[in-house]
Amino acid sequence: MIHVRGLSKKFGEVEAVRGVDLDVSGGEIVGFLGPNGAGKTTTLRMLTTLLRPTSGAATVAGCDLFADPAGVRRRIGYVAQGAMLSPFSVVGRELELQARLQGLGRTEARERVAELLAELDLTGIDHRTPVSLSGGQKRRVDIATGLLHRPALVFLDEPTTGLDPQSRANMWDHVRRLRERHGMTVFLTTHYLEEADALCDRVLIIDHGRIVTSGTPGELKSRHDAETLDDVFLAVTGRELREEPREKEAS
Amino acid sequence: MTTLILTRHYLGETFHNRLGVVFGAVQPALYLVLFGPLFDRSGVGSWNVLVPGLLVQLGLMSAGLAGFGIVFDQRFGVLDRLRVTPAGRLSLLLGRVLKDAVVLLIQAVLLLALGYAFGLRAPLLGVLLGLMLMTMLAISLASLSYAAALRIRQELFAPITSTVVVPLLLLSGAFLPMSLAPRWLDILSRFTPFRYVVEAVRGLFAGSYASAPVLWGTVVSLVLAVASVAVGVRIFQSENA
Repeated sequence: MIHVRGLSKKFGEVEAVRGVDLDVSGGEIVGFLGPNGAGKTTTLRMLTTLLRPTSGAATVAGCDLFADPAGVRRRIGYVAQGAMLSPFSVVGRELELQARLQGLGRTEARERVAELLAELDLTGIDHRTPVSLSGGQKRRVDIATGLLHRPALVFLDEPTTGLDPQSRANMWDHVRRLRERHGMTVFLTTHYLEEADALCDRVLIIDHGRIVTSGTPGELKSRHDAETLDDVFLAVTGRELREEPREKEAS
Repeated sequence: MTTLILTRHYLGETFHNRLGVVFGAVQPALYLVLFGPLFDRSGVGSWNVLVPGLLVQLGLMSAGLAGFGIVFDQRFGVLDRLRVTPAGRLSLLLGRVLKDAVVLLIQAVLLLALGYAFGLRAPLLGVLLGLMLMTMLAISLASLSYAAALRIRQELFAPITSTVVVPLLLLSGAFLPMSLAPRWLDILSRFTPFRYVVEAVRGLFAGSYASAPVLWGTVVSLVLAVASVAVGVRIFQSENA
């Protein structure tokens, strides 16, 4: 579903991503893990056609990232960090617009929005504004913007950051269900190690713009003789994930 | 097609909050009501000279500051959300720009009606042609405004553009014809495109359709529109793979 070789991004003199190689198969839930500023968001923005890579090669959802970005856009969903809707917009209208831009007809778009809102336990919020929703609801609306055209592959950038533990667990259920019902491939970034452990089939750890290790959570733990992914992270990078200063990620 | 989907969406959003439409026209309307009667008795010219200037002021105030809307879209991830769809990059820009042109036309008609109440008398054909020039001006200004909004640091956009608008407006001769200006000011004003648009609309309102100012104003408006949209699309595109 994703094949990447030597993907790099320089911002001026700063190398945000330095030669990332990765492969994701259809139906996998893959966690892209790393501290703030490690290059997670930059990598994601390159794979979703929002940022031009400095060098490398990539095929995303069967389309060449460089030769056919429009093809990639048709086949993927992307949910950014933070938000996808302005706080005072009307949820239903925004989702319908998004569906239309993804190529759905007018009635089709309306039906799809209703169906998707129901699937994400959001029925009845069409006329609400994001600012009036709970954190968990708002984030699920963001997720909905990336799923309207039933993409085979969806990128979620820190889907649960800022949510309370209960909403986070609820979000994990929704992500699992997307895979079960629709066979969707999910590539998500997180800096919550327990999220990677609980939700992901496979974990890639990125630090200073390079992938430093990868494997199933179990493999990583046994390979590094660690009890938790926190210990794996410490063993691989020599640092604790959480103590990383919250520098703003270059994007 | 995607352009029209976007335009309709943005228009719905704008009319949802009707105050926004009126708000952009407040300043020119105040000039019309509080400065117009003075101008009319000054011996410089009548309403037919002032109203074209106020229309260009409206363009600068309304379409020129349109980029403000995209600042929030960028901050809240809305722009990325649109960019990751297969919609053409030209559509993403034009969808917004056409909305701004429609809003400007509505504001212009309101301003013209107010002007008419005060004593503006211009031939219908001249007014319609003048509105066409205004549409082109709106397309140019809105495109440039979005381009600036994407390139300038977010918190600087509003102060910079509202500062840039003032000299452009004064140099256009919108309030007093540049024929009254000292030589240096007259020459300086010839380097800003808006002077030609103001003079063309004045010519059209006077019914002299085939005059040199009308011709020049039309040429300048067309060139400005094409160049501005090209710049806008380039900047929309350059942020992408």
